[in-house]
Amino acid sequence: MAQVSHIANEQTSTPISSSKSITLRIARYNPEHDDSSKFMEFTIPYERWTTVLEAILEVKKHLDHSVAVRYSCRQATCGSCGMMINGKPRLACFTKISELNSDVITVEPMNNFPIIRDLAVKFERLFDTHHKIKPYLIRDDADLVSDEREFLQSPEEVEQYIQFANCIKCGLCNSACPTMATDSSFVGPQALAQAYRYVADSRDKGKDSRLKIIDESHGIWRCHFAGSCSQVCPKGVDPAMGIQLLRGYLLGFRG
Amino acid sequence: MRESTIMKIHYGTALAAVALVAVHVLMRLTMGFAESLEYESVIANYKFIPYAAMLELILILLSIHGFNGLRVILLELKQGQLYEKAVSYGCLAAMFGLIAYGSRTIIMTNMGMI
Repeated sequence: MAQVSHIANEQTSTPISSSKSITLRIARYNPEHDDSSKFMEFTIPYERWTTVLEAILEVKKHLDHSVAVRYSCRQATCGSCGMMINGKPRLACFTKISELNSDVITVEPMNNFPIIRDLAVKFERLFDTHHKIKPYLIRDDADLVSDEREFLQSPEEVEQYIQFANCIKCGLCNSACPTMATDSSFVGPQALAQAYRYVADSRDKGKDSRLKIIDESHGIWRCHFAGSCSQVCPKGVDPAMGIQLLRGYLLGFRG
Repeated sequence: MRESTIMKIHYGTALAAVALVAVHVLMRLTMGFAESLEYESVIANYKFIPYAAMLELILILLSIHGFNGLRVILLELKQGQLYEKAVSYGCLAAMFGLIAYGSRTIIMTNMGMI
């Protein structure tokens, strides 16, 4: 009972008190009622460490609780709070207000995703394409025998794919991708980078089946190598490089 | 055909076309630009079989590369099974049409019809 009361206290915390403040412009749109998106402005005090997500939650707690936003871990691990912040796809929990160097901060839902409401978008397409490329190790001998050890790898073998394993499926790369904006069937940088992650894994034996999946008319060849996917990744993954390395397999430059 | 095969052809035709067009441009530099475009000069080029074969090859390479490029642009512009089929077969038909029309000129010249 004591714990419940503690949570309740936390939810009704006092507003951020600071001498500095910014104007937070939040895109409001409900597809069921609205014809187009409109912005609502809020003045929010902030500290040096205040993140954009905290500013949005400040609005929800004290000014307008109806703002729809998706978030979870608040530490750039779950990938839930991706949104356009001052025109660029970023994680709200990973972006500090002070680092944006702007008195006005505009938050909008991610591009290339259907809007559920306000800042929350549908992730179906991302998850579908992610599942499509079989994001798991494929082996005939997947069942471990009791007296055998794990599938061992050398540090060099891990180095081949480890940065791509850092993907948190936040969708920022897909949001930044110009091909995603026009081609509704494009696999997308997130799924392609994951395809490379498993193709390059020495333990995996599903290379041919994965290459076959991405080698179709709306697959890997529709990437124009804009590189914007790599620029916006909060985890330092380089999907553009992964796509080019995958092309190397398909063109016969890599074994 | 697998998309990777199509794209290998796409890149290959681009490289080959660049090389052959370079030869074609160098051949044009052997005489003055205006002289090169005179009727007799053009007919003479078409009647010189190795050069006519190279022009035919350039026509084929550029048609394949160009129409595949157009197909890719159109596929990205709009999606849908029927649309995509129409684009693919339409580009293929246009490619054969252009090659046939260009070849016709060379064949007619060599047969003395022009």
